[in-house]
Amino acid sequence: MTGPIAVGPGAYLDSASSEPLHPAARDVLLAAVDQGYADPRRLHRDARSARLLLDNAREATAESLGTRPDEVTFTASGTHATHSGLLGLLEGRRRVSRRLLYSAVEHSAVLHAAAWDGDRGGSAEAVPVTPTARVDLDALERLLAAGSTAAVALQSANHEVATLQPVAEAAELAAAHDTPLFVDACASAGRVPLPAGWSVAAASAHKWGGPAGVGLLLVRKGARWRPPFPVDDRADPRATGFENVPAALAAAAALQAVVAERQEVGRRQHALVDHVRARVAAEVPDVDVVGDPVDRLPHLVTFSFLYVDGEALVTELDRRGHAVASGSACTASTLAPSHVLEAMGALTHGNVRVSLGRDTTAAQVDALLDDLPGVVADVRSRAGIR
Amino acid sequence: MSSENDAEQDPGQAPALELDCRGQRCPLPIIRLANAIGDVAVGEVLAVMATDVAARADVPAWCRMRGHDYLGEAIAGDGVPAYRVRRRH
Repeated sequence: MTGPIAVGPGAYLDSASSEPLHPAARDVLLAAVDQGYADPRRLHRDARSARLLLDNAREATAESLGTRPDEVTFTASGTHATHSGLLGLLEGRRRVSRRLLYSAVEHSAVLHAAAWDGDRGGSAEAVPVTPTARVDLDALERLLAAGSTAAVALQSANHEVATLQPVAEAAELAAAHDTPLFVDACASAGRVPLPAGWSVAAASAHKWGGPAGVGLLLVRKGARWRPPFPVDDRADPRATGFENVPAALAAAAALQAVVAERQEVGRRQHALVDHVRARVAAEVPDVDVVGDPVDRLPHLVTFSFLYVDGEALVTELDRRGHAVASGSACTASTLAPSHVLEAMGALTHGNVRVSLGRDTTAAQVDALLDDLPGVVADVRSRAGIR
Repeated sequence: MSSENDAEQDPGQAPALELDCRGQRCPLPIIRLANAIGDVAVGEVLAVMATDVAARADVPAWCRMRGHDYLGEAIAGDGVPAYRVRRRH
């Protein structure tokens, strides 16, 4: 296995980590860079130009997501929107309760926000999930009944295994206990409609083909959200610091374009992922294809191969031109296995996450699938499996 | 540690084989488990002592995928978890 390997017809199959910039966003970004430099809060002509761009970005984003423009704030990242959104919801509820409930498969940003709040007197309990990573609504109901709750955190869809969460049902359960819902929509925003029932939600532009460095903090009109971090003297406590106006406009343009094409793109991606799931299960022995096969995001699939080192697998696939992600411990900075796979009871080693872009072709997917059985067999035989 | 325990019942059944996988990173403990399961008789128990936290998820997942019984986790003398598996076939 030494020597150069010609890069074949492989492709970038890691859009769930970051989608390449949408062509609609590129043009807008280049134009806006020249017009959106000024501080939108100043009272001169250049500021009005920047203000106009920012308002346009907010309106286009709100329209694409089905929210009101005054519910939309641009943040510096999806993670910041998640931290600020969730902790601000808890802050607004601190006289009622300090207890947070969150699904066991939330993004690490939610887990870290919960731990941060825990260091400051809050408490947090994980709601278990089914083997397909869907939150256990009966368990949620029991936990809500067991004590006063400040907020429930539930993602719209899982970022590792694609399973869609029953957000509307969870919101109804929470509302019956007068408890607001935080929805991390980073994995799904733009690709599927924003589910109903959130008081606060977060999203991330580079996951839908906007530029990185733009997050969305959505605070429902009337929701009790209070700034959890120090603010500044600018107008809006939800938007501390100076917005990246050109990037926000480009993110909005990408979102509009993605929403406009998502029926067609989503249908194609959904079918391609069905094809991946079927071929991997049929052609590679000892594989755990995880996540809900039907009720899922269109573009994303994860599987784990027994006896395979995830880092070796990703490296070997990269040599053949296939760029995929992995949730296995050896590929993580923490050296801990994916808490998502763990909570589902799925195999955590030998994990590969494949996520399709808007123009990923069947040929690119088949090129990966053609290489996979041999690469897995080779990694296994080198590991000394009898 | 009651002596009344029926040896047929888990989790009391003593392991016929212990695999010392301390310090080894996944998937190595699982590879060793797969290679060693044939060394115990059907119905016997094998224990995997592993420090890698991934083993806590991956031993039960291996049992599910390969059709063996996962009996749960015991703690070895030095505090290291021992994941107990009963060979089914």
